[in-house]
Amino acid sequence: MSIDLSEFHDIFFEECTEGLSVMEEGLLTLDKGADVEEINAIFRAAHSIKGGSASFGFTAISGFTHVMETLLDEMRDGRREVTREIVDLLLESVDVLRDMVTAAREEDESENQRTAEVQAKLERVLAGQAEAEPEAEAPAAAGAGSDSAASPAEAAPETEEPVQDADGTPAAAAGWKISFAPHESLLRSGNDPARIFRELERLGRLEVASDSADLPLFNAITPENSYLRWDLTLYGDIAEADIRELFSWVEDECDLTLTPFSAVEAVPAESEPAAPAAAPAEAAAAPAPQAVPESVAPDAAPAEVAEVAAKPSPAAAETEPKAAPKPAAKKQASNKESGSIRVGIDKVDALINMVGELVITQSMLSQISSNLEEGTTKNFDKLLDGITQLERNTRELQESVLQIRMLPISFSFSRFPRLVRDLSKSMGKQIELKMTGEHTEVDKTVLEKIGDPLVHLVRNSLDHGIETPDVRREKGKPETGVLELCAYHEGGDIIIQVKDDGAGLSRERILGKAVEKGLVSENEDLSDERVYNLIFMPGFSTADKISDVSGRGVGMDVVRRNVRDLGGNVTINNNAGGAGSTVTIRLPLTLAILDGQLVRIGQETFIVSLVSIVESLQMKREMINSITGQSELYRVRDEYIPIIRVNRLFGTREGTEDLLDGLLVVVESDGQRVGLFVDDLLGQQQVVIKSLETNFKQIQGISGATILGDGTVALIMDVPGLIQKHFESCKRADSGRAAAA
Amino acid sequence: MAASILAVDDSPSMRKMVSFTLTSAGYDVVTANDGVEALEIAKTSPDLRLVLTDVNMPNMDGISLVKHLRELRDYKFKPILILTTESSREKKLQGKQAGATGWIVKPFDPEQLINTLRRVLD
Repeated sequence: MSIDLSEFHDIFFEECTEGLSVMEEGLLTLDKGADVEEINAIFRAAHSIKGGSASFGFTAISGFTHVMETLLDEMRDGRREVTREIVDLLLESVDVLRDMVTAAREEDESENQRTAEVQAKLERVLAGQAEAEPEAEAPAAAGAGSDSAASPAEAAPETEEPVQDADGTPAAAAGWKISFAPHESLLRSGNDPARIFRELERLGRLEVASDSADLPLFNAITPENSYLRWDLTLYGDIAEADIRELFSWVEDECDLTLTPFSAVEAVPAESEPAAPAAAPAEAAAAPAPQAVPESVAPDAAPAEVAEVAAKPSPAAAETEPKAAPKPAAKKQASNKESGSIRVGIDKVDALINMVGELVITQSMLSQISSNLEEGTTKNFDKLLDGITQLERNTRELQESVLQIRMLPISFSFSRFPRLVRDLSKSMGKQIELKMTGEHTEVDKTVLEKIGDPLVHLVRNSLDHGIETPDVRREKGKPETGVLELCAYHEGGDIIIQVKDDGAGLSRERILGKAVEKGLVSENEDLSDERVYNLIFMPGFSTADKISDVSGRGVGMDVVRRNVRDLGGNVTINNNAGGAGSTVTIRLPLTLAILDGQLVRIGQETFIVSLVSIVESLQMKREMINSITGQSELYRVRDEYIPIIRVNRLFGTREGTEDLLDGLLVVVESDGQRVGLFVDDLLGQQQVVIKSLETNFKQIQGISGATILGDGTVALIMDVPGLIQKHFESCKRADSGRAAAA
Repeated sequence: MAASILAVDDSPSMRKMVSFTLTSAGYDVVTANDGVEALEIAKTSPDLRLVLTDVNMPNMDGISLVKHLRELRDYKFKPILILTTESSREKKLQGKQAGATGWIVKPFDPEQLINTLRRVLD
């Protein structure tokens, strides 16, 4: 029977990820004081990862976790004090382990320097305690762990001994004389010597001789007692520990002596009456029929095993890892990042409930329709009632389906306690992190994409916002700075705020920088808010020197771009009446629904995302500028905005051509403003986005489609794509002209 | 009817792997997340033939589970095997004193596990 373990890998990796978060969170609370229950939870998580990784053949992970586990075990038993250094080291180990798990998931078998370093550190710490408990196993497993994970033959660290030849050549190999004298009670605890002998046989050739000298007279025999003793000869170069292992389940109920003998002595041993291995033992201990008096036949002996095979036999261990890598290699990167989602049972229940309601409404409607009489309005109001109900059901169903994609933002927030702890340590600052609204639910995609911008904002606050304790003391603030992360719903949006009580924003510095970078002109009269939000402009960075923490060449403009990609926006402001500043991110509840502005071009309706619209205006002739025939610009408050004639761009013949007849919708994307020329503005409404790719194909400038209330399809404009398309067509036109000239 | 086995482990991947191994060998498998859940199952299903449990689990560990099971009339003599990464002498002794029938050290070889179970159940 071969079992493909790779099937369970994904579930194991998921488990590792969970286990690692448990460990990390637990370790962070240890900072505030050691708690036995907490250490236990951390230990269990490490233990599970170790067990799983060993079972699935991830030797490197199990080797590493073993060392961590040993340390945690000492902490758990109170043999080791919980110090900040140890917690730091364990946190570092968690990071390493996370990398190892990721590497295993991606089937990356390259060695990681950091793994070896951290493992060595752990071992050094453990060695400091070595005299307390010599853990024989630790170095062995650790050795296997630091070896390349690529050699699966080492999956079972305990199987290094060479496998014996089937018929064991006693002349060359040494062996063991085993004297095994069970106590009377051995059988009563459900142990059966024959089973142990059978296990011994797996290690090498076995000769069994029984000694029945202690056997009492027949009428004195208690069938539940054990009276025999055995002298066993086991041939082969076998480790003592392996033999003892097999006896370990009965060691307190027998006298056991092991004596090794050399190859020379082995020869006379051969000449001893060599019984067919295990056969006598079998006869002696097997629950034999009542009629055989000289057998100790304990017919009451429970038919249960004595020592169950403690580990895979070498032969079995060898075949297993060989088989494992093959199926693992088969499935490639395709489903590494599977788009699965964990949904709470309550949400699924709500959904099922809703579908039930829908079914009821449906049957109600069909019943009414069968009762309708042609030409009369009888039952007409019932039909209307039914339709109203259907409408409500549909809306509720839609809401609950959308709920499935919603996850609490704590998934994203959970990384910050660690981040803040590490950063504040490295920067010599004292910072308290407060988090509120972790249960606020956001769309899964939003959750995944908001992580990096948030990290960036938090790093920024820690680096540039909150001051060092000295500076804070001078300013009369408490030495410990407060960083606050909060999330809440407002209207149909999610608000995420990063708040600090640090130095706040300096209008002068930002303005100075912006002028220097040519982002604004010197004599512009800007509100404070406008000034502060200049830091989101591309190419703006006030940090005087690039620091390790925030200045990695990634600026706030990237944060803004990411947030905008999610259909949201971000603003920054100084805290009113207090120190520090607050960054506010506003995101739509879900990406599946969009607040759209309906616009008309000829007979077609298009939708423009409301968040990208800056303003809409009626153009005046004197503000329109044409450059070399093709590009047209419109002047809006000293800014020249390219006019995109959407109808021409999409190649429709419809729509007005006269700029004065239509409207200009000014939209912004990536700091670039353009005007979309449309015939008319229609209403605003929420639309459900349908993918064009799944139903048709991708079109540049169109991000999707939706179905309007009257059943017609409206295309949703993708502003960045539209801008790109516009400039490309301008370029083509230019080069076309150049070629013609 | 195939023999039913109760497999107890707090790790989902382990549970899945063990139950897959056992079902492929033709056994019926019932799983539990921890000792508490296992004990509840054992109390309501006296027909289970064997219990296979991990040691390190939240709420109730494997060793306490064995002790509690041995107090139940239906489980006094049933085989209870321990399947764990623990391999220390004291732990094994604790397990034995609690009344475990055998001790299998993880990582286990699926075939070996099945052979062992067959031997115990036959």
